[in-house]
Amino acid sequence: MFPRPIQQYGPAARVTYQTLLPLALLVWLIPLLAVIWFSIKPGEDFTTGNYWGLPTGEAGFQGITNYLTVFTQSAMPQYLWNSVVITLPTMFGAVALSCMTGFALGVYRFKGNLLIFFMFVAGNFVPFQILMVPVRDLTDQMGLYDTRTGLILFHIAFQTGFCTLFMRNFIRALPRPLIEAARVEGVSEFRIFWFVVLPLMKPAIAALCVLIFTFIWNDFFWAVVLTQSPESQPVTAGITAFNGQYRAMYHLMSAGSIVAAIPPVAMFFLMQKHFIAGLTLGAVK
Amino acid sequence: MATIATDTPVSAPAPGPHRRISQQAIAPWLFLLPAFLFFAVYVIIPIFQSFYISFYEWNGLYALEYRATPDGGLTDLECLDLGNRAARTEGCEPTGDTVWTAEYIGWENYQNLWTDPFFWTSLKNNVIWLLLYFLAIPGGLFISLFLNQKVFGMRLYKSLFFFPFVLSQVVVGLVFSWFYLPNEGLLNEVLSWFGGPRTNILGSNDYATYGIIAAGLWPQTAYCMILYLTGLNAVDPEQIEAARLDGAKGPKMLWYVVLPQLWPATFIAIVVTVIGALRSFDLITIMTNGGPGFYNTSVLAFYMYDVALSEFGFRMGYGSAIAVILFLIMMIYITGFLWKMWRDERGG
Repeated sequence: MFPRPIQQYGPAARVTYQTLLPLALLVWLIPLLAVIWFSIKPGEDFTTGNYWGLPTGEAGFQGITNYLTVFTQSAMPQYLWNSVVITLPTMFGAVALSCMTGFALGVYRFKGNLLIFFMFVAGNFVPFQILMVPVRDLTDQMGLYDTRTGLILFHIAFQTGFCTLFMRNFIRALPRPLIEAARVEGVSEFRIFWFVVLPLMKPAIAALCVLIFTFIWNDFFWAVVLTQSPESQPVTAGITAFNGQYRAMYHLMSAGSIVAAIPPVAMFFLMQKHFIAGLTLGAVK
Repeated sequence: MATIATDTPVSAPAPGPHRRISQQAIAPWLFLLPAFLFFAVYVIIPIFQSFYISFYEWNGLYALEYRATPDGGLTDLECLDLGNRAARTEGCEPTGDTVWTAEYIGWENYQNLWTDPFFWTSLKNNVIWLLLYFLAIPGGLFISLFLNQKVFGMRLYKSLFFFPFVLSQVVVGLVFSWFYLPNEGLLNEVLSWFGGPRTNILGSNDYATYGIIAAGLWPQTAYCMILYLTGLNAVDPEQIEAARLDGAKGPKMLWYVVLPQLWPATFIAIVVTVIGALRSFDLITIMTNGGPGFYNTSVLAFYMYDVALSEFGFRMGYGSAIAVILFLIMMIYITGFLWKMWRDERGG
């Protein structure tokens, strides 16, 4: 193990390490703690310039009042709902499509296999801007500009690139004799996919679902390119509209930001193992 | 692979060897078809379209198409040539279709880029982003070494250190812009304890870009950290022990024994960092919207968006030309990545 385990050092080193650890974390998370602090302060503090001190006046700490205000007096619920409606179908669509591409590219050897695989991989890395004008135009032509469907369709297509990279490498690592045994038995290719390979792909599917959920929930660029009204904009774009509505009302802005961040954060903590397995794919030989 | 089918025993009743071969030849294409169509329509074809549009001047609109009325004395071509004026011309009528209003201008968009100061500012900022973003890699390595211990609660510590990566860049941008507030921001509050001057980071031509990059480094370092933590988990303990017996320790051990084993993690860290740096759009939009002044903190990704969907009229052609330049820069990295993958495929 590197560095040497702290248990092998003297008690002084151990105590230092144990105190340094929470301190370092505190410093690391200061920006976040600042927002949480803002979100439980009364609004008047920000007009009187008391940004960081304890609440002055009779209002005191607000608890969840600011959060409730955000929920009841802004378009926040609508934005959150839009995010859900955009994120979940994208997640299912991209993962389903890439199960199939991963299977095709990971199991079969045929001419052009590597070429098609590389096309998906390269497409996944291109800058969004090279797609922006044509995709916006295409979405508009289909009558889907400023609709959630327009965003979903694009996201599914684009995420398929990353998902294919992931799935194909995962299927590559599965034991081949399993598939070949099924073939010897005369099982059709589709049934091999459905009954042999798919059940083995569960961990990869779980990892991709969490990752795609987070990526799409946090997407901002395509949200502002393909949508513009509160009826279809996800929460990332909505929060900037907020910025105009609640100028300098930091208590509401910060409560709103936290609400917007909760779903991916919850997803991360609930599915941590899968999330990290997905992100660090390839980090170990 | 292809020989498997010939091994099919005769006991399998219906599908004879021949049918098995053809099924295996067709199946991958059927599995690929839906994703391929999606990907072609939304990713592959648009890349070529952007190249094409970059040779045009286009405001993003379509015009009604006109044709000659049966006895108006004009030809279809004349009505087409009139463009919008055809609406007021006797003898022309709308066909119900629309036509693309773009005008071919050759290399003009690229020539204009050459003399556009904002393009060069954006390009310069892109270089700064790329260089400074690489700090995330040693930063992530440092934190991962710090956290690679087995003490009580370590799992939670690791998750909390990783936490910033899960936040959306929009939230990170907002959080940091409050952190930087000129008078009340926490940063200035802390600086003033040490007698430092109060600075309006995001309003300063000199510091704004660095302020945004610092915000971007926060989640990016967390990402590199998690890559290295995973890598450190897989480092061969026997090699470490052997090196320890040979007297290696500290930085020497890290450089000669540990880092070489961490190369796969480093490689991925480089890939995601480059991509992250070149995709920097959200933070700039949220924190400064390109300012202060004209495009002082702009990068190509931001400048392209701002030009193409500008408040003062859409300039799709010019925007596409910027996107093409950004794409070509990215292509260097993509090619390098694919080349390494190709080598690994052949080796493995």
